[in-house]
Amino acid sequence: MTIRYTRDHEYISVDGDTGTVGISDYAQAQLGDVVFVELPSVGKSLAKGEEAAVVESVKAASEVYAPVSGEVIGINAELENAPGTVNEDPAGKGWFLKLKLADPAELDGLMSEAAYAEYLASIS
Amino acid sequence: MADEIAAETLKETPLAGMHQAAGARMVPFAGYAMPVQYPAGILAEHAWTRDHAGLFDVSHMGQARLVGPDQASVALALEALVPADLLGLAPGQQRYTQLLNEEGGILDDLMVARPPTPSAGEGGELLIVVNASTKEADYRHIAGHLPDGVTLQREDGLALLALQGPDAVRVLDGLAPEAPGLAFMQGMPMSVAGIPAYVTRSGYTGEDGYEISVANGRAADLWAALTASELVRPVGLGARDSLRLEAGLPLYGHDINQETSPVEAGLAWSIAKRRRQEGGFPGRVRIAQEMAEGPLRRRVGIQVEGRAPAREHADILDGEGELVGKVTSGGFGPTHGGPVAMGYVVADVARPGTQVNLVIRDRRVPGEVVKLPFVPHRYKR
Repeated sequence: MTIRYTRDHEYISVDGDTGTVGISDYAQAQLGDVVFVELPSVGKSLAKGEEAAVVESVKAASEVYAPVSGEVIGINAELENAPGTVNEDPAGKGWFLKLKLADPAELDGLMSEAAYAEYLASIS
Repeated sequence: MADEIAAETLKETPLAGMHQAAGARMVPFAGYAMPVQYPAGILAEHAWTRDHAGLFDVSHMGQARLVGPDQASVALALEALVPADLLGLAPGQQRYTQLLNEEGGILDDLMVARPPTPSAGEGGELLIVVNASTKEADYRHIAGHLPDGVTLQREDGLALLALQGPDAVRVLDGLAPEAPGLAFMQGMPMSVAGIPAYVTRSGYTGEDGYEISVANGRAADLWAALTASELVRPVGLGARDSLRLEAGLPLYGHDINQETSPVEAGLAWSIAKRRRQEGGFPGRVRIAQEMAEGPLRRRVGIQVEGRAPAREHADILDGEGELVGKVTSGGFGPTHGGPVAMGYVVADVARPGTQVNLVIRDRRVPGEVVKLPFVPHRYKR
């Protein structure tokens, strides 16, 4: 399993040709309490960088973008009743959606765990 | 770089050190670095205020005194700019009103208090609290319209703390024995934990509570004395916004502005009968007409179906899909347990129970016009 990050603080955790997408711990902390997550429908095709979901904190709405291209093959329906899971466990139970990767080579353009940690250090 | 320069020029309140010590996240607001939330987070801070007592730093707001030879001169000077009855304001009473422009639009909303007795050497006195973002313009406007003998004195040396929630009275009882005796919208000078202050029973959350004006140099001591109670936790601007939104209270620059009149905004209750009859305030023609015939649009609450909050600027459509208004404040109401919004709609859609649609990210979400507030007020009248 490989985990990759975008500069917009999405992560994609890859297992074979399936990726699980969510937002990083840094992102959830910046947003504050999450009160609603709007997820795409299963079967939707997303291009890399396209809006995949919207996460709403008490204060504001923020877009979540597809880290790579692919088809949505699953969404985390639990978030509808428990959006706070995104704050409590962003890398685990707070995942947003699963993608069937269209082009695994797109992962090469994303940051590794170590590179993302360096990136966070550079922006804070 | 632009951000860094802006950050350097932000003003701080005398409580900046307390916020930092409490782990607050600071954001720019009306030219000040202000705490938007503490580590507990907005939902927890909101709930704590509804259940116990939240402590807010609102020192960015503008405090000033109007003084003159006698109370009537001071009251009449301000009455020329607002539609409230200030001549009839009893000693120790406070009133909510609006500075109006000639078209009846709202330049700012403000609190006006008459102290039980004027300060030494003054014949008449009113204490005012205005919004942070408008205070410079307000002061210029007021000072530019005063008759000879009445003067506006900025009180930039004062901080303002708000203690809000059902336990506020218990907390203050131990520190200021005179505080529980105040009713909603009453105030007086008193000592709080040994610190000289002017205390009013008022606030911006819909809860019982107090606003405490104190010298900048004693603000941190007062903050420490209040937070020493286990019933008190600090609350940031984030929860202040969700609390006032649930309470149906308008936010200047969003729900009310220079275009909206007090009648449209649902604030006609704050226009005294004597003032309606006599006039003598800016925008009287429009306000009299709106009171007689009804305004063209009204500020209303909107109950949004589902979980997605409708935010400021969202379009409001009627059953036929026609644009009938805009959301001016919207978000998640933690106590209400779902999205809450307020906005202006044309008059024939303003009746509670009217079905509307809100446009959220190009989707139409059903909603219903409802009476404000979303969460009942719990003032101690």
